[in-house]
Amino acid sequence: MDVTHILIILLVGALATYFSGDKWAPKVALLFGLAAFAGSICLLSQYNLANEINYVTLWIAKPKIYFALHADGLALAMLLLTTALTPIIIFSSFGNTYKNSKAFYALILFMTFAMAGTFLASDGILYYIFWELSLIPIYFIALIWGNGDAEERKKAVVKFFIYTLAGSLFMLVAFIYLYQKTGSFLIRELSQTDLSATEQFWIFLAFFLAYAIKIPLIPFHTWQAEVYQKAPTVGTMLLSGIMLKMGLYSVIRWQLPIAPMAAKEFMYVFIGLGIAGVIYGSIVALRQKDLKKLLAYSSLAHVGLIAAGAYTLTLDGLRGAVLQMIAHGFVVVGLFFVAEIIFRRYETRAIAEMGGIRAQSPKFTSMFMILVLASVALPSTFNFIGEFTVLYSLSQVNIWYAILGGTTIILGAYYMLKMFQHVMLGETNARIFADVTFNEGLTLVIIIAVLFFFGLYPKPIIDLITPSLENILTQVNRFN
Amino acid sequence: MNTLIAITGLGVLCLLFEILNFRKAIVPITIIGLLAILGLTVSEFNLPESYYNNMIVVSKFSTVFSSLFIVLTILLVALAHDFYEDHPTKISDFIAIKVFMLAGAVAMVSFGNLAMFFLGIEILSISLYVLAASNRMNLKSNEAGMKYFLMGSFASGIILFGICLIYGAMGSFDIAEISDWSRSAELPIWFPIGISLVTIGMLFKIAAVPFHFWAPDVYEGSPALTTATMSTLVKVVAMATLYKLLSAMNIDTNEYISTAFINIIVVLSIASMTVGNIMALKQTNVKRMLAFSGISHAGFMLMALLSISTSAGSLLYYASAYSLSGIAAFAVILYVCKNKDNENIENFNGLGKNNPLMAAVLTAALLSMAGIPIFAGFFAKMVLFNQTIEAGHLVVVIAAVINSIISVGYYFKLILAMYSKEPNEAVAKTPFVFYAVAVVSILLNIVLGLFPSAVLDLLG
Repeated sequence: MDVTHILIILLVGALATYFSGDKWAPKVALLFGLAAFAGSICLLSQYNLANEINYVTLWIAKPKIYFALHADGLALAMLLLTTALTPIIIFSSFGNTYKNSKAFYALILFMTFAMAGTFLASDGILYYIFWELSLIPIYFIALIWGNGDAEERKKAVVKFFIYTLAGSLFMLVAFIYLYQKTGSFLIRELSQTDLSATEQFWIFLAFFLAYAIKIPLIPFHTWQAEVYQKAPTVGTMLLSGIMLKMGLYSVIRWQLPIAPMAAKEFMYVFIGLGIAGVIYGSIVALRQKDLKKLLAYSSLAHVGLIAAGAYTLTLDGLRGAVLQMIAHGFVVVGLFFVAEIIFRRYETRAIAEMGGIRAQSPKFTSMFMILVLASVALPSTFNFIGEFTVLYSLSQVNIWYAILGGTTIILGAYYMLKMFQHVMLGETNARIFADVTFNEGLTLVIIIAVLFFFGLYPKPIIDLITPSLENILTQVNRFN
Repeated sequence: MNTLIAITGLGVLCLLFEILNFRKAIVPITIIGLLAILGLTVSEFNLPESYYNNMIVVSKFSTVFSSLFIVLTILLVALAHDFYEDHPTKISDFIAIKVFMLAGAVAMVSFGNLAMFFLGIEILSISLYVLAASNRMNLKSNEAGMKYFLMGSFASGIILFGICLIYGAMGSFDIAEISDWSRSAELPIWFPIGISLVTIGMLFKIAAVPFHFWAPDVYEGSPALTTATMSTLVKVVAMATLYKLLSAMNIDTNEYISTAFINIIVVLSIASMTVGNIMALKQTNVKRMLAFSGISHAGFMLMALLSISTSAGSLLYYASAYSLSGIAAFAVILYVCKNKDNENIENFNGLGKNNPLMAAVLTAALLSMAGIPIFAGFFAKMVLFNQTIEAGHLVVVIAAVINSIISVGYYFKLILAMYSKEPNEAVAKTPFVFYAVAVVSILLNIVLGLFPSAVLDLLG
């Protein structure tokens, strides 16, 4: 299994889905999604056998750009997250019917292709191309199949596109500048350069703009809630489950090793921004009346904490950040799916119009409850491990960060349980809530199983990512 | 040289077909002829030679750019048959004028003498004046032709004046001799003045700020196919010519003029990008919008002049990427606005539903112009940025980046109209050539994006 095969499977899958016609498209897409997942598992086993997973060939001679893919433990973990979530997301959409579904599912696979490429690329320009490429499918998914008023949706989606493009173009300039200095776009070379402190500062800033918009961090988050709300649930899942992890991953993979001096010098600012996001997101989430918007702001709070963990520049911080990225990916997909299940039955996302579902569907209630508890980091769930590793690393930097960051758990518990209470409990709703179908139940069970399994036994993931993170840390510390 | 003769011969042949009453066959035969000429040109790639006392100099630069122009002309001629459906009697004239225009374009990139350079410009321009006014029953087209003629002949006059001053300074029209002498430290003041005047005249033709005022009106008034020609073919012809002229004058190495010259190009480039983009944001007419977008692309291409000794390859790449996406976009515009009296954005409403293929082509063309990977437009910008930063002009690159972001605003207006609005009316039948030209040019664009080295390395 060559690393390029994963990308080929996904790209061919996108084409095959498009040409298989509206009726067969979802099944074909699911098939190729599963094939990509199986491929990633193969890669993982090769990696565990200590094989180098690498693919390099010269693409453009001048300027020197390589088609270079490299999978270390960290990239593999993210690849597995992507390819595991994609089939789940596709499967979760089987209950809906979409107009022109062949294009819809083809775009999903194409987006997965671009995101997988982003995680694997080890040449700056190739990475940038995948990074930008992932933007086009989600733009059309949100624009064409989104919900709500068309005019408002248009505004939200265009704002999202222009924001992210604006951020990433400055990253491109930073890459070109680095190329002038080092004569290479390869991360291997870029993470060995010694730039002056000023140069590092500007390059760090250019990268930061791209990532802060994608993650999103305060004050670059304004696109997020609108787009999450307007996009179809599948799009929201792709965005929150995988795409924003691209930003967090890139911080660890590209930004910190390339400009470590700047990262150290301004560490407090960036941790502060992350923590500010935690508090802001939690407080705004408290006041939301729309279920999807509430989840969007809760997501803002969680990724703020992840970013703060990454910017601590400690092994624990990075490890916690990666663990929490994966855990959050699964839990957020589960929660958005719950919102979609309710929407399928009640045709609403307003929390006030829900309530009293528990008596009608106890199975669904308990699954939802587990997801809520996982989201607030109940011990024995995967999120607990991620969140507490991050908080521990923050406490090593400054105890107050940990205390302020810990509010995610307290406030998170408060607004999530309050939401749960309003949505599920109370007097039995007059409207009939049909019990979850087999497909819906299966999707939720898979997600819950993953969360519990790694919550109780996180060792495989920790073993997978730790060597690469240590590697990155040595690069970060090369100036000391 | 053979290229030039063959093209002129083909043009005469087109006129003869009219007399022989072969109107139906004229487009296919012209295309076949142009393909043959393309082969001829490519075969001369590695055979540099000069003809008639250096009047015409065939070099790598001239063959590569001539090939690009021929490809563009083939695509434009292919569109002509259906476009001129209403005036079948004139089609041979229109095609012949286009072919003669190509002859002018080829002369412009392969000149070895300033006289030949001026002849090329005039052949090209006069053909364009005719084409701009070719819809002679339409007031707007007449106005466009008149405006273009006045502005264009004014610019030609300035160029001629500049040539005279250069002759006065150097005592020769021969480019090689001027190039040799321009290396010397002591130059008469007439030389830089002459160069400035020629540059100004060429900037008129390119439609760069502040010499751009004619462009939007002329683009809007001219028949759409002429607009397509002007905004793609003519723009890159003028840009390549200006590049060749200035690099022959050693504009970058001569200390006497290079600083001032670089500063001027920096200012003009930033101004072109910014003014073009900001004006484009407000347009509702697609042709006008593309005119302004073309002004901003002229600003991008001017960046190539900042590292003039090394940027021939990247200019060629940018020119190909831009003109191919431009032709793809215009093929769709011609299809959509056929039988409509204007080209307003509302005409594109719901195209995504009515005709997904054409909508996809237009989307791809616009994404390429906006510089989104994997289309050639992205690499074009990236390579240009790379070279400009190498030459030490980070400010220009940052301005260009900001402009790329602005440009997304109006390109997406069109994309949004296609995908998020309901169609106004039933689907019109599409003539096959519109599909063919649109798909071929966007595929060429994507191939360029996948294999940029194929073009970038041609000119070292």
